[in-house]
Amino acid sequence: MEKVLFLSPSPHIKDRMDVSRLMWDVIFSLLPAVGFSVYFFRFKAVGLYLTCIFFSVLSECLFLKLRRREFPKEPSAILTGLLLAMVLPPSIPLWAAALGAIFAIIFGKQIFGGLGYNIFNPALMGRAFLMATFPVLMTTWINPFTLDVVTSASPLGLLKFHHQLTPLWSLFWGNVAGSLGETSAFALLVGAVYLLVKRCIDWRIPLFYLLTVLVFSSVTFLLNPAYGSPLFHLLAGGLILGAFFMATDPVTTPIPKLGRIIFGTGAGVLVMVIRLWGGYPEGVMFSIIFMNAITPVLNRYIKPKSFGGKRS
Amino acid sequence: MRSYRLYVEFVKGLWKQNPVFFQLLGMCPTLAVTNSAINGLSMGFAVIFVLVCSGIVISAFRKFIPSEVRIATFTIIIASFVTVIDLFFKAKFPGISKALGPYVPLIVVNCIILGRQEAFTSKNPVLPSIADTLGMGAGFTLALVILGSIRELLGSGSVFGHQILGSYFHPWVIMILPPGAFLTLGVLIGFINKFFPQRG
Repeated sequence: MEKVLFLSPSPHIKDRMDVSRLMWDVIFSLLPAVGFSVYFFRFKAVGLYLTCIFFSVLSECLFLKLRRREFPKEPSAILTGLLLAMVLPPSIPLWAAALGAIFAIIFGKQIFGGLGYNIFNPALMGRAFLMATFPVLMTTWINPFTLDVVTSASPLGLLKFHHQLTPLWSLFWGNVAGSLGETSAFALLVGAVYLLVKRCIDWRIPLFYLLTVLVFSSVTFLLNPAYGSPLFHLLAGGLILGAFFMATDPVTTPIPKLGRIIFGTGAGVLVMVIRLWGGYPEGVMFSIIFMNAITPVLNRYIKPKSFGGKRS
Repeated sequence: MRSYRLYVEFVKGLWKQNPVFFQLLGMCPTLAVTNSAINGLSMGFAVIFVLVCSGIVISAFRKFIPSEVRIATFTIIIASFVTVIDLFFKAKFPGISKALGPYVPLIVVNCIILGRQEAFTSKNPVLPSIADTLGMGAGFTLALVILGSIRELLGSGSVFGHQILGSYFHPWVIMILPPGAFLTLGVLIGFINKFFPQRG
């Protein structure tokens, strides 16, 4: 019997991983945090999740229909809607959330040519738009369980404007006022471990992001304890959500390893500068969007040496 | 025949060669002062005044201006009329002058004005120059009023100060901030390119 020898160009080993599978994995890894937020914020959370996901999928399909493109086979619009809902305050009216979702998909992603071409993280673009459009709605917070409107603020706002510290245990479990999906550090870390174990995300950006925040806040804490302890800065606000689920977006972050380290470090410094000396209590969104903007520069100037070639 | 030509020179600036939507000139005032319709309209009038007056002077003296120093000469003539309109606004409409801020003096560096002198009035007699500059100025004003109306409607629920959207409407603060200008202009130009494709 004659043996058939297949000759084909590389790659020879193919993984079952593709864009769609990666997106579903990220969505699954967010489920613990989604569960916690539904437990804390009840029907408000359910409504917000459904609205954001529905309108992002709807605007994606409509826009592609207008451009006469095929409908996407990957759930990136669902992921964008989910992430957007997680960074919105639970008390935001549903129409505003829908507007944010439409903006996130159309101006954050599709206007650049769709998935893979967007410069900025779409969910964060949606939040930035809402932040600039409805500043009052975006900074009104409600308490978990009771759903009372808190006139004061989220833990970071409490520290910044009222010099009150929130207990670390509440921050860890998520029993505090804050954006829908960012309050529970525990649930987010469970999802993050899943992603890291499945190697869906690169560990460099989250590690250097969190490490920078840790070092920066340790130094400022030693200089002046009023700035808040390092652990507080790690657990409060959207840092963990941003570090593991938004700063690791494969489209809008650098490809070279050194570039990712610079991305994480730069975002960490920006978060702390905005939190300590900026006008806003929280800086995770702006830090990631800013580093997204310089990602093409990082990609261009940090080219790894190709095998056998000279560094250009 | 003569009047027909004047008409053509006038009309081209309104839409076909609209300085904002098709030539993409004068972006600085277009983006900066269109946070309300009335600001856009007053900026448009100021530009029409400067454009037409400097067009008349330059086309009348076009044979005497040495071409080596023509840009400097145009700039001095334009700057004189800009000073006139700036002082006029300050004296008669202090509110509008305050709202427009430094953008009235900045008309001096507006590309539309210098561009029309270079491209048209320095090569043509007075009457066609008036038609051309009037058309370009009107097209610019039209664009500014459209932009200003959209931004004012979404940003504060009113147009020319008349409240149109009721209390159910939450103003989109972003629309009267600088990002709103970029968003609105980008979307408008996108739609115009889609529905009025230009052969280029």
